[in-house]
Amino acid sequence: MAERVLMKGNEAIVRGAIAGGCRAFFGYPITPQNEIPECMSRLMPKAGGVFLQAESELAAISMVYGAAAAGVRTMTSSSSPGISLKQEGISYIAGAELPCVIANVQRGGPGLGNIAAAQSDYFQSTRGGGHGDYRTLVLAPWSVMECYTLTAEAFDIADEYRNPCLVLLDAVIGQMIEAIEIPDWKPKVPPKPWTTTGAKGRPANVVNSLYIIPSDLEEVNNRIQARYKHAAEHLTRAQSIRTEDADVVLVAYGCSARVCRSVVDMARGEGIRAGLLRPITLYPFPTREIDALAERGKRFLVVEMSSGQMVEDVRLAVEGKSEVRFYGRTGGVVPAPAEIVEQVKAMAKASSGSTTVNRQPTTVN
Amino acid sequence: MQKVYERPESMADVQMSYCPGCLHGTVHRMIAEVIDELGVREQVVGVCPVGCAVFMYEYMSCDMIEAAHGRAPAVATGVKRVLPDSVVFTYQGDGDLAAIGTAEIIHAAARGERITTIFINNTTYGMTGGQMAPTTLLGQKSTTCPTGREAMREGFPIRVCELLATLDGPIYLARVAPVNAAGLVKTKNAIKKAFQKQLEGRGFSLVEVLCNCPTQLKVSPIDSLKWVEENMVPYYPLGEFVDR
Ligand SMILES: Cc1ncc(C[n+]2csc(CCOP(=O)(O)OP(=O)(O)O)c2C)c(N)n1
Ligand code: SF4
Repeated sequence: MAERVLMKGNEAIVRGAIAGGCRAFFGYPITPQNEIPECMSRLMPKAGGVFLQAESELAAISMVYGAAAAGVRTMTSSSSPGISLKQEGISYIAGAELPCVIANVQRGGPGLGNIAAAQSDYFQSTRGGGHGDYRTLVLAPWSVMECYTLTAEAFDIADEYRNPCLVLLDAVIGQMIEAIEIPDWKPKVPPKPWTTTGAKGRPANVVNSLYIIPSDLEEVNNRIQARYKHAAEHLTRAQSIRTEDADVVLVAYGCSARVCRSVVDMARGEGIRAGLLRPITLYPFPTREIDALAERGKRFLVVEMSSGQMVEDVRLAVEGKSEVRFYGRTGGVVPAPAEIVEQVKAMAKASSGSTTVNRQPTTVN
Repeated sequence: MQKVYERPESMADVQMSYCPGCLHGTVHRMIAEVIDELGVREQVVGVCPVGCAVFMYEYMSCDMIEAAHGRAPAVATGVKRVLPDSVVFTYQGDGDLAAIGTAEIIHAAARGERITTIFINNTTYGMTGGQMAPTTLLGQKSTTCPTGREAMREGFPIRVCELLATLDGPIYLARVAPVNAAGLVKTKNAIKKAFQKQLEGRGFSLVEVLCNCPTQLKVSPIDSLKWVEENMVPYYPLGEFVDR
């Protein structure tokens, strides 16, 4: 039987990473992710890997770049202001077609903001974040269990797509403690003939993101974009909770999805057919899933701990076929379920009217 | 007929893009010779800078990584930490190492990373067109201090070897000037010693090479060598600062 243990989200990131084959971690302290480097400093040497506290986030991500070039599964973690600094390296890693994993335990912003949970780095995470034509693949856990499993899987994804993979959580998911079952995990490591490990018995390899001839760079960019297209087909993931018969579909990820999970039952208790679509991959975004719901006439309420970022992707998916409303709290404020229920009620009232409702409470699937 | 001079194995058979008379190519060759002489080509991972030497990966025939501007010591750290048996070097200009990458070089040195840095101090940002560098001399003109560097306006030039010599992490720090026959020999010897120190696995090694940039100085290659000797050497004294 799988081992069942109590653990913080941030610790699950560490244990998931080691299970996923991570053998080099480079970090820099920042709240609310400090448990990640702290826990790494204890566990990584035991796993035979490298832990190093860098002098800055700029340096940490550059160390990740070096370790990834050397063919080792590697990661860094930070929180919002630190992730801004890492964008230089993330762009270089994407340009050099290297795999790596980055965890962002989001906090309030802009600027120094605060250390409370926020989801205001959605644009930065899903649009690439740094300069140039690239994206980061983004996984958004909503539980401690998913912190573990998605981080472990992030290394396979990064290797498969030769692209940075971001695990995007927030202070609530990172700090909360839940019981999880440690799964058996076997990393899938593809061959890496491109690594710079010393040119022993082969021609020299170069890891580089500089292509001085525009048509050469265009070719690389097209290759990178083709990988994103593949990811959109094969990697996109979302969880649907009671969307089948729903009139109003809440769309939320991470911490706000947990709040919305309660809202679904509360709204149904009041006779409103509500459901939840929870994107698990934020890039690629579950556009098709949302479009399918819009086709069936469902209306959407996007809930974020930001002033409205993911809502743009939902609107792009819906393409005006149905109504999309937004409810957000910012600055580190977590919305209370009752606030959101009011929004759902207002939406239901504005619609032409629903009839019978299944009042049974649901179990989380 | 006896062959007395040939291309080192660690050097690729391509034409370099440096200006005529520029010492970048000379120093590349010395590094390649040292790698050959130490028999470590198959263990070497080099990290190139952003600067005129950005294409160094095309000129060497060993594994190479192109780093972001100033981050080469951190990239090299990432490689060396996961491949402790590799031989890792960075090659960096003065803008790369002593301006944007100051934090990275100081901390790599302080950690005693088992890497070797070849630091090209030519007092200018060659690649971007001759702007002021952290090592531009007082009074020296550049495209961004057109009337000459003034201490109370642009600050003082940084002596990197002396700065790093205050740390315990470096085991070898030397400054050389390959501007005459003796200087060329000393430069090659210092580079070799720096790599040998890395092989000992006890700490960080760096060779600061005072170089010319005839293009930005707007003088002939010969005069640029004289310029280095007459203007740079008095401010940047040659010698070994750390050898332990
Ligand atoms: C982040 C960033 N800032 C600025 C530049 C532009 N840039 C390219 S080379 C260079 C200066 C290089 O000067 P130096 O390190 O002295 O080397 P040299 O060209 O003289 O050999 C600069 C500022 C860049 N590529 N990246
Ligand atoms: S600009 Fe200066 S440093 Fe750059 S290649 Fe020309 S001479 Fe050398």
